[in-house]
Amino acid sequence: MIDKRVENFAAALQGLKDGDTVFCGGFGAVGEPFALIEAVIAQGVRDLTIVCNNAGSGLVGTAALLQAGRARKLICSYPRSSDPQVIDQLYAERKIEIEIVPQGTLSERMRAAGAGIGGFYTRVGAETKLADGKETRMIDGALHVFERPLPGDFALVKAHRADRWGNLVYRKAGRNLNPVMAMAATVTVAQVDEIAELGALDPEAIVTPGIFVDRVVRA
Amino acid sequence: MTPLTRKQIAWRAAQDIAEGQYVNLGIGLPTLVSDYVPAIREVVLHSENGILGMGGAPKPGEEDRDLINAGKGLTTLRPGGSFFHHNDSFLMIRGGHIDLSVLGAYEVSETGDLANWATNSEKLAPGVGGAMDLAAGAKEVRVLMEHNAKDGSPRLRKACSLPLTAARCVKRVYTNLAVIDVTRDGFLLREMVEGLDPDALQKLTEAKLALANDWKRLTAPLL
Repeated sequence: MIDKRVENFAAALQGLKDGDTVFCGGFGAVGEPFALIEAVIAQGVRDLTIVCNNAGSGLVGTAALLQAGRARKLICSYPRSSDPQVIDQLYAERKIEIEIVPQGTLSERMRAAGAGIGGFYTRVGAETKLADGKETRMIDGALHVFERPLPGDFALVKAHRADRWGNLVYRKAGRNLNPVMAMAATVTVAQVDEIAELGALDPEAIVTPGIFVDRVVRA
Repeated sequence: MTPLTRKQIAWRAAQDIAEGQYVNLGIGLPTLVSDYVPAIREVVLHSENGILGMGGAPKPGEEDRDLINAGKGLTTLRPGGSFFHHNDSFLMIRGGHIDLSVLGAYEVSETGDLANWATNSEKLAPGVGGAMDLAAGAKEVRVLMEHNAKDGSPRLRKACSLPLTAARCVKRVYTNLAVIDVTRDGFLLREMVEGLDPDALQKLTEAKLALANDWKRLTAPLL
């Protein structure tokens, strides 16, 4: 029997180790897997590369993880969202490396990793400093920048409902980066509000099919 | 001379949004544009975090914490609206499916280069968000900004002094003083506020302004 449900957060994060690349879902606080991130802090790993859209708000979630000094590097599009006190301090003290990536390029780099694509050319970022050092190519008269895939060791995602196969349904704007992150990591862990009986989720409404999900834990 | 208020700049930009357009409004000043699109026109607002058919702020009691806009404020969904994930959302932007991107800016050059994401601050981390995607990918880019920076320095420049968001992308600029198009020959002044003449406006602008034959006074209702 396929059963991806795990009982607790320690089991959900089994195998997470120092130096891993960890995707944290969410756009602002919506779709951010707070309970899983708290569990990473409790588990104690260090030197992580964190990939997310923002850098957390206030002193909770991704911000708490960064404040605890667990990340060596942050890859994101927009670190200074609402209440960016933690990232502001870390940046001022040069205690973290930050790689800024255009939001759609961030998403597409993870998609490429999940899709087995060795990178892609995009017009986004051409002739800007975010293209410094990157290969470029003229395609149909427009300068394109080559972007590499971005695979993860762990994806921590948040969904609304799941079943024991790991199928995921989201709520409203809670999808954001979660579905693409789920496709692009070696181990994908979903924090969900509710676990339904197999067959209870409408197949037409499943956004992330269970093939992309390894573990499901209820928050 | 009476410069437009921020709301009036937004109102003026809203008058140019056409029936049926799919529009992304940037955070800050461009967000105000949604309040002034003429009610007779049906326009579909896109939000980068996965929404088409975004409405306005929720009424008391209708707030949903899973329904936010690009600025992370609470919003609503209009009938006909839909939700999707980031890859689809940025495919819409990067693939040229969004008709109009309305962005704020620090500077615009006479060739349409846009600088709106990074200052030269050493203290604060830069953040690009979806700005480069929108500037490079939308079918048309228009900019709303104050004509001059707080210290009076011009923002309409021969070349941007701040890091570029994208090159040669801006088609029209709405400021508190004027409406200016970016053409192959540089800036073309279409409208300017009462009490201002082309020479006075030129003094506030680094790049050369050509005057359109059919230029008009820039007016907006009291808002």
